[in-house]
Amino acid sequence: MQEYDLVIIGGGPAGLAAAVSANDQGINSILIIERDDQLGGILNQCIHNGFGLHTFKEELTGPEYSKRFIDKVVALDIEYKLDTMVLDVNDDKQVTAVNTEDGILEIKAKAIILAMGCRERPRGALNIPGSRCSGIYTAGTAQKYVNVEGLMPGKEVVILGSGDIGLIMARRMTLEGAKVKACVELMPHSSGLKRNIVQCLDDFNIPLKLSHTITNIVGQDRLEGVTIAEVDEHRKPIKGTEQYIPCDTLLLSVGLLPENELSRQANVKLSRVTGGPEVDESMQTSIPGIFTCGNVLHVHDLVDNVTTESYTAGKNAADYINGIHHVGTGIEVFATAGVRYTVPQTINAENIGDGIDVRFRVGEVFKNSYVSVYFDDALEMHLKKKILTPGEMESVKLTKAIFNKYSDCKKITIKIEKE
Amino acid sequence: MMFDVTIIGAGVVGCSISRELSKYNLKTCVLEKSNDVASGTSKANSAIVHAGHDANPLTMKGKLNAIGNKMYAKLSEELDFPFKMNGSLVLCFDKEQLGDLNTLLEQGQTNGVPNLVILNGEQVRKMEPTVTKACVGALYAPTGGIVCPYEMTIAMAENAYTNGVEYKFETEVISIEKTTDKYIIKTNNETIETKVIINAAGLFSDEINNMVSQHKFEILPKRGEYVLFDKAAGDLVTKTIFQLPTKLGKGVLVTPTVDGNLLVGPDAVDAASKNDLRTTTEGINDILSNAGLSIQEPLPMNMVITSFAGNRAKNATNDFLIGEATDAKNFINVASIDSPGLTCAPSIAVMVVDIVIEKLSPEKNLKFNPIRKGIRKFREMSNEERKEIIEEIPEYGKVICRCETVTEGEIIDSIRRPLGAKTLDGVKRRTRAGMGRCQSGFCSTRVVDILSTELNIPRYEVTKSGGDSILLTGKNKESL
Repeated sequence: MQEYDLVIIGGGPAGLAAAVSANDQGINSILIIERDDQLGGILNQCIHNGFGLHTFKEELTGPEYSKRFIDKVVALDIEYKLDTMVLDVNDDKQVTAVNTEDGILEIKAKAIILAMGCRERPRGALNIPGSRCSGIYTAGTAQKYVNVEGLMPGKEVVILGSGDIGLIMARRMTLEGAKVKACVELMPHSSGLKRNIVQCLDDFNIPLKLSHTITNIVGQDRLEGVTIAEVDEHRKPIKGTEQYIPCDTLLLSVGLLPENELSRQANVKLSRVTGGPEVDESMQTSIPGIFTCGNVLHVHDLVDNVTTESYTAGKNAADYINGIHHVGTGIEVFATAGVRYTVPQTINAENIGDGIDVRFRVGEVFKNSYVSVYFDDALEMHLKKKILTPGEMESVKLTKAIFNKYSDCKKITIKIEKE
Repeated sequence: MMFDVTIIGAGVVGCSISRELSKYNLKTCVLEKSNDVASGTSKANSAIVHAGHDANPLTMKGKLNAIGNKMYAKLSEELDFPFKMNGSLVLCFDKEQLGDLNTLLEQGQTNGVPNLVILNGEQVRKMEPTVTKACVGALYAPTGGIVCPYEMTIAMAENAYTNGVEYKFETEVISIEKTTDKYIIKTNNETIETKVIINAAGLFSDEINNMVSQHKFEILPKRGEYVLFDKAAGDLVTKTIFQLPTKLGKGVLVTPTVDGNLLVGPDAVDAASKNDLRTTTEGINDILSNAGLSIQEPLPMNMVITSFAGNRAKNATNDFLIGEATDAKNFINVASIDSPGLTCAPSIAVMVVDIVIEKLSPEKNLKFNPIRKGIRKFREMSNEERKEIIEEIPEYGKVICRCETVTEGEIIDSIRRPLGAKTLDGVKRRTRAGMGRCQSGFCSTRVVDILSTELNIPRYEVTKSGGDSILLTGKNKESL
């Protein structure tokens, strides 16, 4: 059995930033395990720009952003293994992995960072009715074909769901010569970023059909068309509103699911809302010494947020290994009244340095509302927001000074209020 | 080319017959219009090996079911396909219907089903704790089982092939001409002469029969929809849970699959055509709410990974149609094989081969090897076995399908082995790559690469399931 101080599962933006941050704290025995044939994760196929505005104060493409971290990892001589799949992680922090060169790898770690990312929700999970022909892809699979392989999955496209990857692919498919006929969204609002709706749909005259869904998929061998229909307030199709759109390709952008099979094997407690682990202020899971960050924890819109979150995870994993991490029960952070969840779910103020960003998402669109933070019953923050949407992750910064003020606090509540 | 026997259709029935025939010195071929075995009803059904209490003892179904069931243990061992005798329960929800359980029990005993027993509600829940409190009793059949129907069909076909049976894919019968001593079969590819024809064309067996016989019949496709759940939900039940038919319907089943998923379904709807395999919102909602009646807890809807439909090849008699056409000597129908057709496939094969033996009196094939080894499954190996196989075949160290933990070694084997995979679905059915919770979102691009390399075709010629089911339409910017 090999031994490392820190094993990081996943060499995408989360794992890379966590590795750099742990190394900064003096941890040298680090192994990053990546299942793909290169580091960088999903950013490698995100060839559009808009990455890094916060982290680097400039606009980068996905591969450029990941390259900056890959270069750091290489410069710091951090060890990594490619084409290597983790088969098992247990709560004793033993990792079993496989690749063609080493065969079965058995590793014992002092700390582990879970950074496996997320996957796309497939058609089957939605029970979209109709034929099982070819020509139906998740937006990310299509993105890999087009952006990495240079191959087109189809010519006439309908997109179901208005997640960011779907919006980005509407533009990409158009630029590469396909006709994108519509983007169909079940909800009355998009789950994507506003800037993507403007730059990827509006600029190309691609209609966004809100409160619509697909009621049939037609095609014997290859897709021939889809029927779409308007939905009522219970999201049920309204009879008489059906419309048939001929197309040879259907792209699905209907949600991302944190990929936590390994976390489950390690008995890490998962949140029902995010699908990711429940974490404390240190990005530590319910298993001491197992930390997590990035899309495996909760799905992000901006990689910059992944990076800062992963710095936190890396630093705290290093503190844990160095024996300077404070153990103790944290204050519960409670999400309610429009706030779907928070990350972290508990905070031990001893480990937050100057302060901590609490990230959250709302469950519906709120206009001219307030984000309120209560320490027990005391209203500490009341921030006016012109608009809050489920598609954009929000955060509040809670400083150490606030925690000092409420030293006996048992519960922090974050909610949306009208006034 | 002159054959002794030509089987039309490479479903579980045709392939089982071909394997049984390969025990004899006969020149046999199988014609299949699609590009793989198990492309029709055999790929989408309940995957149940029925104990045999459902059919009337006077019918062929009644006669063949329990015999077929008994053949599975040995077959699965010889041919290395997954089969498990997990037992089945027929639930009764109404005290007034308890008598019907007795009728089923007696019918089963007449049919030769062993060890049937009637349980009261409490005993049922002791055996299967998730069963609803509304259940007042059940018929328990310990010999009920589950099987992977396509892997079984593939195994039958591979074994038949290595024992000398020819398989001709993408070969569709266009016409059949009867002469004094043989049949001449015209296909889209070649013309085949044969002494005996076995019509195992499933949904299309009526069309084949009607080319030859004046005793025409019609197959009425009855569509059944299913919902498949993640392996994480696979232990909701351990036995196959049927419902006693009521005035309201035949009931739907809830069962673990032999691969460890949870399967619920089917409904029964008249299909618009034989190729109509669509699922509908109504159908899916219907089976989910009916399946929900059997169990106490709500079904874990967040763990649904896919839904699908299959068509039953039914005809008006509601029984199998097996035997020589009265007006066409040496033309043997094996038609109208709906449930329990999968269970009966091995016993049907023996019955049909007996007819062929009587006609052609062939000698035994002394070289017949009953053993077929399946693809070695990485996910089922111990770490020691994994180390060994990676040393021998390094591709076993590269995981391609991460949901089902399928390696490149297994995928290459699935393509290179006899009657190997040619499509994404072919690889999927042989290895399970793409069958997991992400439904091939991650591995499909990688499997396309491997297929393209192994078959030496460009990637845009790789299909999902043959025909026009292409996956890629060309290069970027080509249509600008």
